[in-house]
Amino acid sequence: MTSAQGKAVTSTPSPVIAVEDIRKHFAVGSPIAAAMRRKSVVVKAIDGVNFTLNKGESVGLLGESGCGKTTMGRMLLKLDEPSEGRILFEGDDLATMQGPALRAYRARAQMIFQNPFEALNPRFTIAQSMDEPLSNANIAKAERADRIRKAMDLVHLPDPAQFLERYPHQMSGGQLQRVVMARALILEPTFVVADEPVSMLDVSVRAGILNLFREVRDNMGLTAIYISHDLALVRYVCERTIVMYLGCIVEDGPTEEIVKNPMHPYTKALVAAVPVPHPAQSHAPLPIKAGAPDARNPPSGCRLRDRCPHAFDRCAIEEPKATRIGARKVHCHLFD
Amino acid sequence: MPELTTARKPHALHWLTRRFARLQIPLDDPFAVTGLIIYAVFILVAIFANQLATHDPLEILYSETYELSSNLRPGEDGFILGTTSLGRDIYSQLIYGSRSALLIGITAAFMVAVIGTIVGLLSGYFGGWIDIVLMRAADIAFGIPFLPFVIVLSAFLEPSIWNVVFAMALILWRDTGRVIRSQVLTLRTRTYIDAARIAGSSDMKIVFSHIAPNILPLSFLYGSIAIGWAILTEAAISFLGFGDPETISWGYMLQDAYASQALSTGGYYWFVPPGICIILVVVAGFFISRGYEEILFPKLKD
Amino acid sequence: MSDNILCVKGLKVTYSVGTARIRAVDDATFDIPKGSIVGLVGESGCGKTTVARALTRVMAKAAGFEGGEMLFDGVDLLGLSEADMNKLRWRDIAFIPQSAMNSLDPVYTIEKQLNEVLIQRGGMNRREARARAEELFDMVGIDPRRLGDYPHQFSGGMRQRVAIALALALNPKLIIADEPVTALDVIVQRQILDTLKSLQERLGLSVILVTHDISVVAYVCDRIVVMYAGRVVESGDTETVLTQPFHPYTMGLYNAFPDLQSSEGLLTPIEGHPPDLSDPPDGCRFAPRCPFAQTPCSTQNPTLVEVGSRHVSACLRVDEAQQLREQAAQTQTWMGAI
Repeated sequence: MTSAQGKAVTSTPSPVIAVEDIRKHFAVGSPIAAAMRRKSVVVKAIDGVNFTLNKGESVGLLGESGCGKTTMGRMLLKLDEPSEGRILFEGDDLATMQGPALRAYRARAQMIFQNPFEALNPRFTIAQSMDEPLSNANIAKAERADRIRKAMDLVHLPDPAQFLERYPHQMSGGQLQRVVMARALILEPTFVVADEPVSMLDVSVRAGILNLFREVRDNMGLTAIYISHDLALVRYVCERTIVMYLGCIVEDGPTEEIVKNPMHPYTKALVAAVPVPHPAQSHAPLPIKAGAPDARNPPSGCRLRDRCPHAFDRCAIEEPKATRIGARKVHCHLFD
Repeated sequence: MPELTTARKPHALHWLTRRFARLQIPLDDPFAVTGLIIYAVFILVAIFANQLATHDPLEILYSETYELSSNLRPGEDGFILGTTSLGRDIYSQLIYGSRSALLIGITAAFMVAVIGTIVGLLSGYFGGWIDIVLMRAADIAFGIPFLPFVIVLSAFLEPSIWNVVFAMALILWRDTGRVIRSQVLTLRTRTYIDAARIAGSSDMKIVFSHIAPNILPLSFLYGSIAIGWAILTEAAISFLGFGDPETISWGYMLQDAYASQALSTGGYYWFVPPGICIILVVVAGFFISRGYEEILFPKLKD
Repeated sequence: MSDNILCVKGLKVTYSVGTARIRAVDDATFDIPKGSIVGLVGESGCGKTTVARALTRVMAKAAGFEGGEMLFDGVDLLGLSEADMNKLRWRDIAFIPQSAMNSLDPVYTIEKQLNEVLIQRGGMNRREARARAEELFDMVGIDPRRLGDYPHQFSGGMRQRVAIALALALNPKLIIADEPVTALDVIVQRQILDTLKSLQERLGLSVILVTHDISVVAYVCDRIVVMYAGRVVESGDTETVLTQPFHPYTMGLYNAFPDLQSSEGLLTPIEGHPPDLSDPPDGCRFAPRCPFAQTPCSTQNPTLVEVGSRHVSACLRVDEAQQLREQAAQTQTWMGAI
């Protein structure tokens, strides 16, 4: 367990990130149309999310498309502002960060993007892209070449001179994703959000990027969020997993426990649905009804209630709160 | 260990070629190249007008016998294109006319491209009340009838080609602004813009280093369209008699020919050459814009 | 021979891009047994999608057949006139695209689009078409009352079900599905695969499932065809190929996949990247990335040889497969192959 060694044992482990009752609502359509329909259509992309990340922790944010995981990641990096609630980075509220404070945060919180072909300006050479964070952080020109070379080494892109003058379209997906990672790590951040960083890559290349992610996270003691819809990938890189459904957290706990013994009915379905590369695998029907979550029109009470085989009266009335079971938090009326 | 900076070409030449490449001058399209050649010829003529012209275009000329050299046909007494009814040299007027035409065309194009680009960038990138204010201003500009506005404003400010250009720029930025705004709206959602924000780039840096280079060809497209419009408008205004009487332009020549009844007396040598020049410059502008369109919207070919 | 619905032999498809000729499919050989689901697996650019499109003979303008044959029920599809081929499409060979949204016309209701197939191609009258449309929606698990809806009113998974219904409309013998679940979430993916599998069993369909995901193949496919750089490198029953692979590429692919059920182990990437198909290397195309490559591998072109019952592999070292499998299971083997 190399990651455990990196963790400093302090008397008061102050969280790197604290998310406090975050909500993000999007108004759909124009206000006039809403007035004519006599009610405004609001999509609650995130609806009351709470969690904290301790230093050196890697957490998987798991869920289907539309569950709010990407919006959550964007808000953590101040690319989007929450409608309600607070996000604290080492105790400082992101909402109040402006000017120098924001610039300082930008140097310490970074993102690894889903599509490496889109994450770099196609008109910039790799050297220009790598230079951008350095010049923004006022690193002296003389020092930059050295920093770039070190970052390229870190992601196992040796002989940088070979790549630096190339444009993104002249490189393969795997190489580009390494460049994107090098750019994210060049200012030595403490917190990294990785948004499905391998979903656009070929299978044979994925493993290399995942291994690299684990390696740099351990070596640099990063606090990391790994956003994905694939539990197998999350399990490979994160010791803790937060499962989201329709803008809410349904389960939060150690990844191994979630994989071996999922508690929330939704998590059960997710675990059962993940295909494995063995010919012999369970073809048992999923413990959840077919159907698509509709973020515009979620059911009252528990949002899974219309698809959940265990739903009872209370589920329609009351939103389930977090129930602590061992190291886990489960949001389900079956457990409280 | 390989030194990083050695891989870069440090010369200013490299910088220049890179900037030049960004303008994406359409050299593949034969029409665009034709347009560029026509422009090149007119620009050379305008620059060397003093050398090329045989007379002062506004000077009233007399023959050696002190007779007014009026209404001479091309070639007579050595006047290449003849003279006007007031005894002015048409050829020299045509040469000097290219100066004002290009000045008008290029300044108007420049102003339209600059104003439209800035409006589009600000409006598209920042959104919010900036967007509302600028786009409502564009709506108003769309509502103003173009020619009457230019005539009234330039007459009000005193007739000079600069006021004509100014009045045109006040209206013509609207198309450029709108189109660039919509382009910026799509560019703004690209992942690399988010990546730049996370890398700590300021809004201004993002606008100028990541967004602006992508819309430069679009600015040039609208600029090259504006050249034609500006020259045509100036010609129309001069022809209607609201132009600057002190400056020779092709529109002024047409108006002069018309007022002197050259059309009924068969003075084709007087009104045909400026007409051809106007057509050539305007068409050249559209040819170049066509080339930019092919760069911007390659699907138009099929 | 007669128990194969489709036999592809030595298929070659080339794209012309400028002066370059990209040999996207270069000597692909495989069979599709009647009533089975066959997974066509490989990385992007390996030629699997080109093969799928070639089977319907609907290809990009720049693509051209260079040779080979595609025997569908004993008839060579390459020998058919365009008109005869067109009769086969949908009626005998149907296609399910990756993104149903792009294949459905947004301005027509689903019923209209189904009718177009059922009436124009199937020669049904309106009443028959309506009955068939309802039956199809029932089969793929959508409420027939939603026939009058437009494509945008369906979720991604539902749209994929609609695409399956469209493909099934005229009772085809063979369905080609190009990455039908790639864009979907795991739960929806599982549901679609279950639907596809049960329909295939019930109707006795033959299905070619093009995918990059071997766990999808492991879940639904009876047989697997592994492609690399335009060639078939291994094919056989899913179970034997995944448990007893004979080709190093198949072994490597298996190592690179995260597995939710196995105990934690390190994933192993295959270093390097696939070759440039406008100028492919001589000999085995996987040799530059293969940890087991020997001198002959870079000159001698391996052919598919029988390594078991209905199991073929194109590797010069097939005889040592047992030994290679043991080495391939170790991460160090794959490090520094380049």
